[in-house]
Amino acid sequence: MLTDEALAAVWLTLRLASVTTILLFLVGTPIAWWLARTRSWLKAPVGALVALPLVLPPTVIGFYLLVVMGPQGPIGQLTQALGLGVLPFTFRGLVVGSVIYSMPFVVQPLQNAFDAIGERPLEVAATLRAGPWDRFFTVVLPLARPGFITAGILGFAHTVGEFGVVLMIGGNIPDKTRVVSVQIYDHVEALEYTQAHWLSAGMLAFSFAVLLALHASGSGKRKSGGK
Amino acid sequence: MQSIHARFRVAHDGFTLDVDLLLPGRGVSALFGASGSGKTTCLRAIAGLEHAPGGTLSVNGEVWQDDSRGLFVPTHQRPLGYVFQEASLFPHLSIRRNLEYGMRRVPERDRKVSLDHAVELLGIAPLLERMPDWLSGGEKQRVAIARALATSPRILLMDEPLAALDLARKQEILPYLERLHDELEIPLIYVSHAPDEVARLADHLVVLEQGRAVASGPLGETLARLDLPIRLGEDAGVVLEGEIAEIDQAWHLARVAFAGGSLWVRDSGVPIRQHVRVRILARDISIALEPHADSSILNVLPATVEELADDTHPALALVKLNAAGAPLVARITRRSAARLVLRQGLAVWAQIKAVALVG
Repeated sequence: MLTDEALAAVWLTLRLASVTTILLFLVGTPIAWWLARTRSWLKAPVGALVALPLVLPPTVIGFYLLVVMGPQGPIGQLTQALGLGVLPFTFRGLVVGSVIYSMPFVVQPLQNAFDAIGERPLEVAATLRAGPWDRFFTVVLPLARPGFITAGILGFAHTVGEFGVVLMIGGNIPDKTRVVSVQIYDHVEALEYTQAHWLSAGMLAFSFAVLLALHASGSGKRKSGGK
Repeated sequence: MQSIHARFRVAHDGFTLDVDLLLPGRGVSALFGASGSGKTTCLRAIAGLEHAPGGTLSVNGEVWQDDSRGLFVPTHQRPLGYVFQEASLFPHLSIRRNLEYGMRRVPERDRKVSLDHAVELLGIAPLLERMPDWLSGGEKQRVAIARALATSPRILLMDEPLAALDLARKQEILPYLERLHDELEIPLIYVSHAPDEVARLADHLVVLEQGRAVASGPLGETLARLDLPIRLGEDAGVVLEGEIAEIDQAWHLARVAFAGGSLWVRDSGVPIRQHVRVRILARDISIALEPHADSSILNVLPATVEELADDTHPALALVKLNAAGAPLVARITRRSAARLVLRQGLAVWAQIKAVALVG
């Protein structure tokens, strides 16, 4: 069945996807909120920037990340000055890459959810003495819950499935950057088809389960939202 | 200091609201006008939901906005209650939690209205454990009103709370609003475009037109102004306050006594001595020089002509009458006015064809 190497890759992948999803909620929620509410001219450019990973080849994202996070790049210089070393070919570097790569999959569902809530519930809450943070946590978060579920599932699953970005900025270091998708590639390169099958089938089942969960939560939302 | 003073100038999208209002600090003030007259914008500015730059607002001595001093109290720090046109209950909270949402955010020492009292006033006790999706439109709006009341507001703002409801639901809620009017100590500002709601509920009337207040004053006086019936069209008429003085069991009639005399209305079961309002539409009053004993009209009041004015249609004229202190407005044809040689100070008889008891 799975080799120790493969198990390590699975464990690493889950760790990467979990950390990335948590960070994406923290970074993506304010961005999505801003995009849903702002009337600034910056809305369109920022929205386009966030959506870029949807259309760019992962290798392009990986390449630029490699450049800016490398020893000569601006982020590389910063991380070195902070005593963090350089990020490429580390787990942290992978997390940074994954956050950027999966950003649109979290921001867009959240932005749609915030849009759908509209101004009215917030105005009502304000007339009922709720301050801005209070309104966000007691009205926006519960009303946007289906959006958060969708965003979490998509962000996690999309991170699990990434390959190009990982290969560019992470390389193939066991326990540090060798995730499942890279491990499968390795198995195939080495003609270890049986091992490749196990992992691939696992990914297939995982992906199917994710989409099933997404559709199920979607229909649940429709039922409770019905008027 | 028991008054509300609001001065706002808001301009956006080709619309300008420019008002300077002094409203009584008690009772119901109606902001009346057609859609697009700026009444909702005005109410939102009072609530702080809209920031009218350069505006000032004080409510019973408390300043909520004075931009010349850089003062703008955000909505959530204003002790107000606001009822929107759609009930806008929080769909994720039960009715009880909806009611508690605002109340729990008010410091305990400021809670003057208990949840039980708000629930009882609006008659929503059986609904408490339900979710908003299961309520009818009228029930939702009653919950929304109770929710606003439960915050013990110092002013209650209502933005056409009945406009989204059908006639039956309106009739269901109006008695509760009347109860608020009678029992609440706080001022209520009520936005409406429905003359019948205004006649029933308002004590003070502000008429808005294209962002400006064209009239503001006590309901009775303001409705009797001859420059307003033109704007009210078919709904022009006056409201008189009085009390039930006598009930004629045999003919199912009740006599309403007011300052200038009395009127017979259909007996609708209102007990004697009960304070009531009657509404008389201008088109239901005709004028005669002699009292006719041979007519079917029940209510004939002696009056003097105070003022004559042209109506919108060239065939019609408006006549303001003074019936022993009670102002009446009659809409008659100009030909009749000429034939009777109506002029200021002439003693006439006002024949009143229909009187509606409005609460």
